[in-house]
Amino acid sequence: MLSNETSVALVKGNKSYGQITGELLATVEGKTPLWWFAGMTIGTILLAIGAWAVYMSLAEGLGTWGLTNSVAWGWDIINFVWWIGIGHAGTAFTIFFLVFRQKWAGSINRAAEAMTVFAVVCAAMFPLLHMGRPWLAFYILPYPNTRLLWLNFNSPLFWDVLAITTYLITSIMLWYLGMVPDLATIRQRTKNKVGRFLYGMFSLGWDGSLYTYNRYETLMKLLGGLAAPLVISVHTIVALDFAVSVLPGWHATILPPYFFVGAIFSGFAMVLTLMILFRKAFNLYDYVTEKHLDNIAHVLKYGSLVIGLAYVTELFIAWYSGVEYELHTFFHARASGTFSTAFWIMFAFNAIIPQLFWFRKARQNLVVLFLVSVIINIGMWFERYIILISSLAQDFLPSSWTAYHPTMVDIGIYLGTFGLFTCGMLMFVRYIPIVAVNEVKPISRQGHANEKTTQDHER
Amino acid sequence: MEKKYWKSIEELGPGKPASLAPEEEPVSPVELLAGRSDKLSASRRDFLKWCGISFVSATVLSACENPVKKAIPYLNQPEELVPGMASWYASTFMLGNEYCPVLVRNRDGRPIKIEGNPLSSITGGGTSARVQASVLSLYDSGGRYREPLKKGAPVSWDEADRDIIQQLMGQDGSRRKVLLTPTLLSPSTRALINEAVDHIPGLEVVIWDPVSYAAIREAHRLDFGQAVIPSYRFGKASLVIGFSADFLGTWLSPIEFARDYATRRRPLEENAPMSRHIQFESRLSLTGANADERIPLKPSEEKQVLLALHDALARATGSPSSGSHTTALYDVDVLARDILEHHGNTLVVCGHDDTDMQGLVNAINHMAGSYGTTIDPGCTYHAGQSDEKAFEQLVEDMKQGQVAALLCYRSNPLYHYHDPEGFLEGLKQTALSVSFATTKDETALACDFVLPDHHYLEAWNDASFKTGSYSLAQPLIHPLFSTRSFQDGLLQWLGREEDFHGYIRTHWEEAIFPQQSTHLSFESFWVESLQSGIHENPATEGSPPAYNASALPAARERLADASLSDGLEYEVYAGISLGDGTDANNPWLQELPDPVSSVTWDNFAAVAPETAQELGLAEGDRLRINDKLSVPVLIQPGQAAGCLSIALGYGRTHAGKSADNRGGNAFLLYRPNGNGRLRNGSISQWVRTGSGHAFARTQTHFSMEGRAIVRESTLDKYREDPAAGNELRAYHLKHMNTLYPEVPHEGHHWALMVDLNACTGCSACVIACQSENNIPVIGQDQVRRRRIMHWMRIDRYYTGDAANPGVVFQPLMCQHCDHAPCENVCPVAATTHSQEGINQITYNRCVGTKYCINNCPYKVRRFNWYEYATREKFNTHTTTELGRMVLNPDVTVRERGVVEKCSFCVQRIQEAKLRAKNEKRRLRDGEIRPACLQACPTGALVFGDLNDKDSRVSQLIRDPRNYHLLEELHTLPSVGYLTKIRNPKETNRT
Repeated sequence: MLSNETSVALVKGNKSYGQITGELLATVEGKTPLWWFAGMTIGTILLAIGAWAVYMSLAEGLGTWGLTNSVAWGWDIINFVWWIGIGHAGTAFTIFFLVFRQKWAGSINRAAEAMTVFAVVCAAMFPLLHMGRPWLAFYILPYPNTRLLWLNFNSPLFWDVLAITTYLITSIMLWYLGMVPDLATIRQRTKNKVGRFLYGMFSLGWDGSLYTYNRYETLMKLLGGLAAPLVISVHTIVALDFAVSVLPGWHATILPPYFFVGAIFSGFAMVLTLMILFRKAFNLYDYVTEKHLDNIAHVLKYGSLVIGLAYVTELFIAWYSGVEYELHTFFHARASGTFSTAFWIMFAFNAIIPQLFWFRKARQNLVVLFLVSVIINIGMWFERYIILISSLAQDFLPSSWTAYHPTMVDIGIYLGTFGLFTCGMLMFVRYIPIVAVNEVKPISRQGHANEKTTQDHER
Repeated sequence: MEKKYWKSIEELGPGKPASLAPEEEPVSPVELLAGRSDKLSASRRDFLKWCGISFVSATVLSACENPVKKAIPYLNQPEELVPGMASWYASTFMLGNEYCPVLVRNRDGRPIKIEGNPLSSITGGGTSARVQASVLSLYDSGGRYREPLKKGAPVSWDEADRDIIQQLMGQDGSRRKVLLTPTLLSPSTRALINEAVDHIPGLEVVIWDPVSYAAIREAHRLDFGQAVIPSYRFGKASLVIGFSADFLGTWLSPIEFARDYATRRRPLEENAPMSRHIQFESRLSLTGANADERIPLKPSEEKQVLLALHDALARATGSPSSGSHTTALYDVDVLARDILEHHGNTLVVCGHDDTDMQGLVNAINHMAGSYGTTIDPGCTYHAGQSDEKAFEQLVEDMKQGQVAALLCYRSNPLYHYHDPEGFLEGLKQTALSVSFATTKDETALACDFVLPDHHYLEAWNDASFKTGSYSLAQPLIHPLFSTRSFQDGLLQWLGREEDFHGYIRTHWEEAIFPQQSTHLSFESFWVESLQSGIHENPATEGSPPAYNASALPAARERLADASLSDGLEYEVYAGISLGDGTDANNPWLQELPDPVSSVTWDNFAAVAPETAQELGLAEGDRLRINDKLSVPVLIQPGQAAGCLSIALGYGRTHAGKSADNRGGNAFLLYRPNGNGRLRNGSISQWVRTGSGHAFARTQTHFSMEGRAIVRESTLDKYREDPAAGNELRAYHLKHMNTLYPEVPHEGHHWALMVDLNACTGCSACVIACQSENNIPVIGQDQVRRRRIMHWMRIDRYYTGDAANPGVVFQPLMCQHCDHAPCENVCPVAATTHSQEGINQITYNRCVGTKYCINNCPYKVRRFNWYEYATREKFNTHTTTELGRMVLNPDVTVRERGVVEKCSFCVQRIQEAKLRAKNEKRRLRDGEIRPACLQACPTGALVFGDLNDKDSRVSQLIRDPRNYHLLEELHTLPSVGYLTKIRNPKETNRT
């Protein structure tokens, strides 16, 4: 297993617990760096653009978007699926490593989970905004009423509502509960009164006793076990939004696994992007090591293979089925024709370029790692674009085929979500330790020594 | 634990539990207020709290003002008016050459919907898009004149009358006083004008139409000695040959012709076998699109073919007028043989207003034995009495200052005349100019006086479109503005006491009542005519007049010369939606896609792909033609090479918000020529002035991509196998399996059948649907974004090569699938299936996820992207109080953010069901007539109950021609299509 071979190098240097705590809490306790303010400024500007775009959508109507009578979902749902995909990695990290006891990811968990929470919040905006009458969004909840109105449980959109809200709540719980011990540590160390009060409040009276730790570990495992199926369900259900329909290119049983793999793929790529940045910004070279990045690159490489397989399978099934609509969508709209540029960008960025990671040199080159991780997320955006637009713009009756062009409002909302994400992540790195101190300690050298001692004692 | 109070020592005692006290002991309000909290959960304190909250919230909430809407009841309720129930009145629509007896649906005192009058033998209840849309012009708040004007300033009627009469009577006799009118179909108005001519010294009448049919009259005068337009009977023709005559679209009497034509386009009819239709034309017209064989020719080439056809036919019949003209453009000898084969059943029509061409057509029809069979010279049209020469003379005299007074009734020469500057110059020299315009127009703006006329729905009138057929128009609403009918005005000027209503009565009593014998008293005749809207004398067959070929040789010579043009030519035509542009300020018509090009809100110069390549033109380039007008280029498959076709009716400058400055005014190219006006000419000069014009089109992909969307076959194949062209249907039926139980439909199961053979694509249904269902207009920009709201659309596909493609039309509305893909994806169950098989939307419940739109394979669902109904920026009529009067109170006006679509006119189904229930009877088959079906002139749509196995719709759904669109998806639509059967020549021979 990975843990055995990697355990040694997970935290570099022979650090004591105190040293680890000091180094990792420096992000919270130290002075706010200048680049943080710069980042916040950019984030706020993006947020303001997003606020304008959202205002336009709400005040004027969805007419401000580029949608047409045929393409009734556009950038809104593309971005929704894209963000949800990104929002996959954090919880996936925590859970799979919790469940499979893969400790190597301990130093990445926290950031990945924060990313998940903000990405899912960004994603959740879209289903709300894309409604014609968002002020009636509560109609979509199963609340008892005297008018005997009830929901349509056949609709994947309702499953979506359940899946996303459950996923968001669970992700927040995992993230928050995971940081409680660290919050307590900051509470102990902070000299600021307000900080002490706030960190004290959010650390839920953590006392650091073995008893507490024991309960905490159990809780986290339980939560992890509960959340594991959710990671799979959330993107599967997003995929069902498409698979349940009748449109060529949507109506396919391959979509749920394909979407799930795609989500893990894009999520890991985003984690890679962020970790490379954080590592540099906070000097975390000892905690997020080359080994971590190498492992993620391996995951991406395999993910890319599976994605490539899914693309080829889709094309094959379209050809093999002989259905004229499928043939048109896959071969005349996507692989060649109107959407071919986007299709081949998607194919190259997702299925071909990540294959670079077969080479050790590529995995060890930070620039390559960073570029490929960004390229994958661009590719994944194009994948959603291809799925959404090519199927809607050219479906059954050629009379209703239309072109689709996004408007400034469409683009504005997307930029706004970047603003939200950036600001959220920056707040996170400033006020919460990015690396889970309590999870890193056991995998440091001292931690191993302690564990060994305990095991020896038990023997 | 609350403190426990005790009343007696027993109650407190241990042996006597408190539960001994009766549980049901009533609590008085006093106890309640006194704080008897042992029985109640609410304390006095709670009570006071709730009182406080209620008072405060009542005060705060009442401060948010709700608009007060006043509904004022009748003081004396009219007897025939039941609130919520529609009443129907017969009236008559007349505009240019278009005529249609109509029934007007009145709700709560306002006309809201126009329907065809089924009693008319001319239209048979059919309508056209312009007829359907005319109700909106009534409520045109921006375009209508509201009061009389003198030099643009409001004036009282009395003052205006005094001034005008003074000037009119006082002028010296040396200068002309002219009343300019188009052809007036109203016999009473004509009689009244004649009286006025007699009484007002020096007054004369000049008749001048925007679109001229004078050449047909002139040719008949030369050839038969009678200046008439005879009746064309397409229903009797087994071979129809058209030369640029768009008789299914706008030519002469399109509703009548479409209806007659369709009777001969049904492959099953034994006693009326399917006709063959050959069309020679420059532009791809609606009529050409329906033809079995269509030959694109530029106008000069048409003349060549016409000459050659005449000569070939003359040779074949041994007629003395035979000549030696031939053509390489078409095999006229075969056609001549066909004409003889169909002797007496051939009909040749020509849309060119050219006396020579019409003379040749007369000769061909004469040789083909059409007179007396397919052409009835005994029954003539009263339309098209325009006198070009008199009008030219008038303009000349005006320029010379020879005209003292010009009264324009329904005439707008400043827009319709090819030389508006010249006319304006003349108008400035005219001492008195008066316009009787209803809506704003260019001429009225330049006139001294505007005496606004009523809209036709506000006025009395009568009409006689053809020999022996009369109809009445009656006011449906009190005049909305301070307007006066032209005829009432004339009567006042003549000092007559009676109004025009009385005048019509007298006229009918004197002129029309004696022609009939069924009614003994005039009163009963009048009442019946008014109720039914029409009166028709039995047809009398006239014997064909003697043919005189003396004018022919000269005509042939002139045509032979004219046919030698080899340069670039143009042709102007009246389009389906705007016609001559008189009602161009009607947003429904502006937004009606042209059935062939699917362009809205614009006109264009249609150019053949080949010609565009030759000239280096791209779609959207702006052309300035002959230094007259500037229009964008549209590359149109099927357009004749070397010819640009431009629609009339656009380029208005003073008609209102919807009409102004859209496209170019093609009337500038519509020049007089002898007795008629030439629709075509040569382009001496063109320049490209710009490029990149974006058309607002409702359809941009024109190929069916090899999919079996419109299924087509030929008559011969159909006779061998009625399922010809529909072989897929059997395959799909064989493979249709489902795991789900069949959905039972108790009571009714509504269905609609569309006969693709009868449908001509005229789009009357589209506007009827818009009018019935309060469908908003969205404006050019929104149409460009492909958001047109029409619930019903006419899809058009091309087949074959781009130079001369085959064209098919397919009306598409919600298919009301029994397994509707839209229904199972709506998360809030806002779109559901009714027990009667209707796919319905609950607007109140819709949150607008638009999933249903995506999942509809037919893409018939529409989304309210904006608050279309009330935002002025979308050019919609419902932004004003007045415009909202056209709304149908039976149909909800949809809010922003909800999805909408065809409901099968559920309000009409409901109305018919209630009526049947009240009358304690079963619904009759065909009793429910959705708006689209009602408007259709050809009977292409059939609606009914599938649970009734004998209903027409059930019979048609069992027809081997029936198929369902995309039936392989197993959506089980309730709309069926009958395959399109054509009757081309080649297969007929085999």
